[in-house]
Amino acid sequence: MRYPAAAPPPLPERFRGRPLVDAGKCKAGCRVCAEACPTTAIEVGEVAGRNEVRIDLGRCLFCTDCSDACPEGAISYSGDHRLSASRREDLVVAAGEELQLAKALDDRLRRLFGRSLQLRQVSAGGCNACEADVNVLTTVGWDLGRFGIQVVASPRHADGILVTGCISENMVLALQKTWAAVPPPKIVIAVGACAISGGPFRGNPQQLGGVLGAGLPVDLFVAGCPPHPLTILDGLLRMLGRLEKEGRVGGVEPPVRR
Amino acid sequence: MNKARPGFAAIRNGSALPWRDVPASSLAAFQDGLASAMNDELRLCALFALRRGGDADPRLFAVLADDARGELLLGTAAVEGPTFPALTQRCPQAHLFEREIHEQYGLRPEGHPWLKPVRFERPMHADPRTTPPPAIGAAEFYKIAGEAIHEVAVGPVHAGVIEPGHFRFQCHGEHVFHLEISLGYQHRGVEAALREGPGRTSLHLIETLAGDTSVGHALAFGMNLEGLAGLRVGGHAHVVRAIALELERLANHTGDLGALSGDVGFLPTAAFCGRIRGDFLNLSALLCGNRFGRSLVRPGGVRFCIDAAMAGQMREKLQAARRDVTTAVELLWMTPSVVARFEDTGVVSGETGVLLGLVGPAARACGLELDVRADHATGAYCFVQQPTATGHNGDVYARAFVRWLEIQRSLDFVEELLEMMPEPCAVVSGGEVALPGDHVAVSLVEGWRGELCHVASTRGDGRFDRYKVVDASFHNWPGLAVAMRNQQISDFPLCNKSFNLSYCGHDL
Repeated sequence: MRYPAAAPPPLPERFRGRPLVDAGKCKAGCRVCAEACPTTAIEVGEVAGRNEVRIDLGRCLFCTDCSDACPEGAISYSGDHRLSASRREDLVVAAGEELQLAKALDDRLRRLFGRSLQLRQVSAGGCNACEADVNVLTTVGWDLGRFGIQVVASPRHADGILVTGCISENMVLALQKTWAAVPPPKIVIAVGACAISGGPFRGNPQQLGGVLGAGLPVDLFVAGCPPHPLTILDGLLRMLGRLEKEGRVGGVEPPVRR
Repeated sequence: MNKARPGFAAIRNGSALPWRDVPASSLAAFQDGLASAMNDELRLCALFALRRGGDADPRLFAVLADDARGELLLGTAAVEGPTFPALTQRCPQAHLFEREIHEQYGLRPEGHPWLKPVRFERPMHADPRTTPPPAIGAAEFYKIAGEAIHEVAVGPVHAGVIEPGHFRFQCHGEHVFHLEISLGYQHRGVEAALREGPGRTSLHLIETLAGDTSVGHALAFGMNLEGLAGLRVGGHAHVVRAIALELERLANHTGDLGALSGDVGFLPTAAFCGRIRGDFLNLSALLCGNRFGRSLVRPGGVRFCIDAAMAGQMREKLQAARRDVTTAVELLWMTPSVVARFEDTGVVSGETGVLLGLVGPAARACGLELDVRADHATGAYCFVQQPTATGHNGDVYARAFVRWLEIQRSLDFVEELLEMMPEPCAVVSGGEVALPGDHVAVSLVEGWRGELCHVASTRGDGRFDRYKVVDASFHNWPGLAVAMRNQQISDFPLCNKSFNLSYCGHDL
């Protein structure tokens, strides 16, 4: 795979990337999408007599419930796979707004991790789909190692942790111990709706609603349920400042849909 | 009532019954009925407690599978008082179920030989704000004493990108006498959250019960709602569902064969299969936009259709994948060092498989001919059959080879279905389904790991008072523990991968 030097692999036509709301079609006072959303990711406000729809990509399961429910056909999914952010609040996007994609780490961390990043993966109360698509990045096709990013077996050997899952009560202690065992400076990456917000398990008393709920600081959020391997790779490369250079296809254009 | 089985009502897979038609027996008669059914080679698909509105005492509910007749038998019995005599000594298949009944409903099976927590969850009806869950992992582990005996503890955080669980080995050098598996780290409270359903989150909780079995679990859920509400599913939707379920099997079986070869250090097949697994996942994404089949199965049908152009595209991609997977996997059987590592490792005998109630490829690998697709066929499986693949030795080799047979048969099956694609295609896009009150429905689906059993019980107003899920992993985790007896501890990764069980599917 030549990405990011060339275009990323094409995604299927039915692929659901970033959701888009056509504000022109949205009818004032209608709240059907917000009521249909399984994770209350959609908030409908009112500005000057018109609806203002905000979608929290950190809660979004990228299912079809809102787009199917909308009587005006105002909600659709784009083929844009880029869904990562540096701050939790950046994932809440209003109709027509651009998503503020993840920024690179500060200069000091980039100097340390930019060409060699060792990650310990912690799975804590998910469904194993995020884990599966993180694993895919280490296969020969995606070859994560070419970016100097590796998954290591011990937190002592790691520069940070990559967390998946809603953080079940039964995994909090193990997560915190793993985090404590990583020597500083260190980073946290939250992959998937569960790790960002609890995902479909949001509100269940048996979980903490994601990594922030467990009291860990998060440096990178990657949205999706689960995020496509390309989405995860995009987030990692953005965090390391490796998609910013002009002329790099992956940095400036969304992929083609076939 | 089934004449041959007093105390049990017979239904077909995916159908519902009013609660008043489920025979209620005395506990002693109920347990005798279960024990005699086990003697007659019926299987215990589910045994759990629930409390229905108006019940003075919690009751037990059982689902038995009569594979020869293609029937499911349902029966119930009230438990008076906080204890009941355990059935496990008579029926080892009840072992984990009775532990779960104890954990979820506080009913103590007296005389249970191994009464430990299953997933360290609160009792089902406890108030989560005031009742903390039991301390995870705090259990009396089985111990062997002796000067040279040592214990190896692994997890919950493992060395790879894997779900969390805890393993405790009792070893003498490399030799493993006993492995105890202690789970519950992935417990997210799914069964409790499904009560009062179906609602807008229900299907999503089901699709994420075990992410690699999203289609299988969504199908079981859909069948239950269809059985309860009397919804008709069109021919096209049946075919799309079967294709999606087989794509899930193809992706996972291919991934497993790659991972097995990786665990014995045979990298060519590991590398190829890692990529080819992705080709099958991408076929699911072609169909519904998601590599794990999310948002495809809906109660009443499917959300996406396969038109002629897509069928053509899928056929073409399947042919390429078949070519690739054949080349990659045949390398395994031709390499003596791989075969030598697979053979006679982690043996589970057929007798043990029956006692434990193993399901899926793990059961078929020890010669047990059981497969929901054949024995309790629904949908497209009624019209196009796949021969059931079995092995003989119950070792890693057999578990690997059964997967390979299933890959080939599954490919034939999908290609045949793609030729038929009945018209018209009607897309079902969700919406509330009204369910009849005081009914119970049961569905079985042959997921890629084995049998998935869902039981939906509604109260008077049509809402769930209990939604029970039994993932294939629940049956098969004890099989892994048994397979490790008298093995080298270095064979654990290989044995583990040959079962490849779900932690979240078990922990719920």
